Amino acid sequence: MTDTLLRPGSGMLPGGPGEGMLVEVRGEGELRTQDMNLNIGPQHPATHGVLRVVIDLDGEKIVRATPVIGYMHRGFEKLAEARDYRQIIALVNRHDWLSAFCNELGVALAVERMMELEVPDRAEWIRVLMAEWNRVLNHLMFVGSFGLELGAITPVFFAFREREDIQGLMESATGGRLHFTYTRVGGLKEDLPRGFLAASAKMTRNVRVRNSEYRDLLEGNEIFKARTRKVGILPPDVALDYGVSGPTLHATGIAEDARVTEPYCRYDKVNVHVPVGATGDSYDRFQILLARIDASLDIIDQVLDNIPPGPVNVKLPKIVKAPEGEIYVRTENPLGQGGYYLVSDGKKNPWRLKMRTPSFNNISAMSYLLKDQLLSDMIAILGSVFFVVGDVDR
Amino acid sequence: MTESLLALDNVWLALLLKVAAIVGFFLVAPLVIGYIEHKGLAHMQARLGPMEAAFHGIGQLPADGIKFIQKEDIIPANADKWVFSLAPGVALVPAMVILAVIPLGPGLWAEDLDTGVFFALAVSSVSVIGILMAAWSSASKYSLMGGIRAAAQLIAYELPLVLGAAAVVLQAGTMSLVGIVEAQNDFRILGVVPMWFVLPQALGFLLFFVASLAELSRPPFDMPIADSELIFGHMTEYTGLRYAFFMLAEYAGIVVLSALAVVLFLGGWYPLPGVGLPSFDVLFLPGEVVAALAGFAVTMGKIVALAFVMIWFRATFPRLREDQLQRISWLAFIPLAILNIVVVAVFKVVA
Repeated sequence: MTDTLLRPGSGMLPGGPGEGMLVEVRGEGELRTQDMNLNIGPQHPATHGVLRVVIDLDGEKIVRATPVIGYMHRGFEKLAEARDYRQIIALVNRHDWLSAFCNELGVALAVERMMELEVPDRAEWIRVLMAEWNRVLNHLMFVGSFGLELGAITPVFFAFREREDIQGLMESATGGRLHFTYTRVGGLKEDLPRGFLAASAKMTRNVRVRNSEYRDLLEGNEIFKARTRKVGILPPDVALDYGVSGPTLHATGIAEDARVTEPYCRYDKVNVHVPVGATGDSYDRFQILLARIDASLDIIDQVLDNIPPGPVNVKLPKIVKAPEGEIYVRTENPLGQGGYYLVSDGKKNPWRLKMRTPSFNNISAMSYLLKDQLLSDMIAILGSVFFVVGDVDR
Repeated sequence: MTESLLALDNVWLALLLKVAAIVGFFLVAPLVIGYIEHKGLAHMQARLGPMEAAFHGIGQLPADGIKFIQKEDIIPANADKWVFSLAPGVALVPAMVILAVIPLGPGLWAEDLDTGVFFALAVSSVSVIGILMAAWSSASKYSLMGGIRAAAQLIAYELPLVLGAAAVVLQAGTMSLVGIVEAQNDFRILGVVPMWFVLPQALGFLLFFVASLAELSRPPFDMPIADSELIFGHMTEYTGLRYAFFMLAEYAGIVVLSALAVVLFLGGWYPLPGVGLPSFDVLFLPGEVVAALAGFAVTMGKIVALAFVMIWFRATFPRLREDQLQRISWLAFIPLAILNIVVVAVFKVVA
């Protein structure tokens, strides 16, 4: 061992963490490297929203990654305790802005089951229809943004073209483009407008054709495969440990879906296909997303064949009061399993409304997934473990 | 060998005209490519692109330029101010210097160097120093990582680029860019069929084109700026005019490297293999000026076609990963490029 040379260096960066650091050069000429601490977010293009990931980097390799949440906490659960049951519907479709209808549906179901309300048949069918359109809307968004994060800038524009059409369709029925607020306790706001079902049938055909464009553009692309295959593999047991659900869970090969295992509305009357993956890598997750769009369109077709005429609402007293007690309802939201735990003390507002949101659990698995990955792969993983930051923080 | 049209008796006047022509071309051609990128990309993505600034948005880029001038010029507090300010210039100037040796038509060049290819390739790699300067002096981790990626990428892709060009030099028997264009016009497959070097050098052309994409950090090789990972790489901290310089350097780079590919592989100013340019007098224009203008149009057409392919790539491909890019270069491109040189050399000796 020769003498150790100590050389004052200017550090990694002026003003950076390594400034004034002594660079030690040992006799063998090995330079000691230092881990770099990097804050990705809260304002970073890859985190779509205000997620912050603190990572320690060794070169381009991630040594440790910690997601920091809470930048978008808006206190929905607490707010719900001060609102009556009708107002809560407009509140809960906001935390996950990409699956508004599915969220309001869960709360409506919880209140209805507590009140033991019988919802009209037509309303239940329309709920299935709208929930599936919302699912397509949501998945298209993630198909586009995943491509964008990998540097393919075209899919997102294609996805928004379809989203625009579907949003127009949903707007014609609900009056909203993002926050539909179409569900009511005991049914729906109003019946579908005339011609909606025909337009809906036409739209399923369009989206199916366009769906094949994404397959051509991304799934068959060699670079896309090289970027996503064997990247961010999530084993099934780890996924279950973290409570991961939805397309991210299905990609690992587990076909747990509340629409099948615990059907609500009229999901027991339709044939729900749950596509599953094999390896649980980013590529699988993306494929599941595309397959789920097709599966949702199939359900929409079945709904269009079965939807009966009739009323869409029941007459309720002016003030809706859930009887004393508690209930837990789970629904299959586009991003995964949504749970609504409602405790009522018999008053006009809930005593406690606890939401189990899929994004929160999906993001929990991030530390596991990002460890020992490259910085570029972080993007492929962040984009394919589907989450909405508002849904994480609530 | 023909002389440059601008080779006048008065050396100083000739110099002035040449500099004016180069700067003029340097400022206008990137705007043309930029506009094509705006509109071409937009139509590939089912949208319209700029529509408001003048007719179909042709005024968009000049308007952007004016906007950039008005922006506040921010230098981060921890930045190395001198290096930070100089970096955009260092990135920009090489593209302009290369234009001096590129022939855009018969007689349309500023200087016909005997070592034209060597000069162009050597100068083109200077611009990465500008990128490294920007990355280092910005005092931002994202910039630093972008700069390191850019440097690694340059080292990996400079070789296939140079080796691809070297095979052409070997076949043409000259390093002069004008000489290479003329050699392509004289080249005959089996002594009969006239053809440019793009066919016998198909492999070399492919390597050269892909390597120039990597050299320019264009998709699918845009990891140095990777906006979803590194915000904007070495340009993250830049605003206003300095940022505009980087953008101009990128588009000027597209023009210059496309022009090099055209000169080396696609027959330069010749419209078709074995077909010359019209050189008769038109009205008051003498024949050689007519030929020069026609040649310029043909060269520009080819440059725009190559640039369009680059834009097309951008609309189609996701970004590669840094290690995948290195692997492709060292394990596939460089061996292929060497193989290409060997094959060309053997044919040159045998034929």
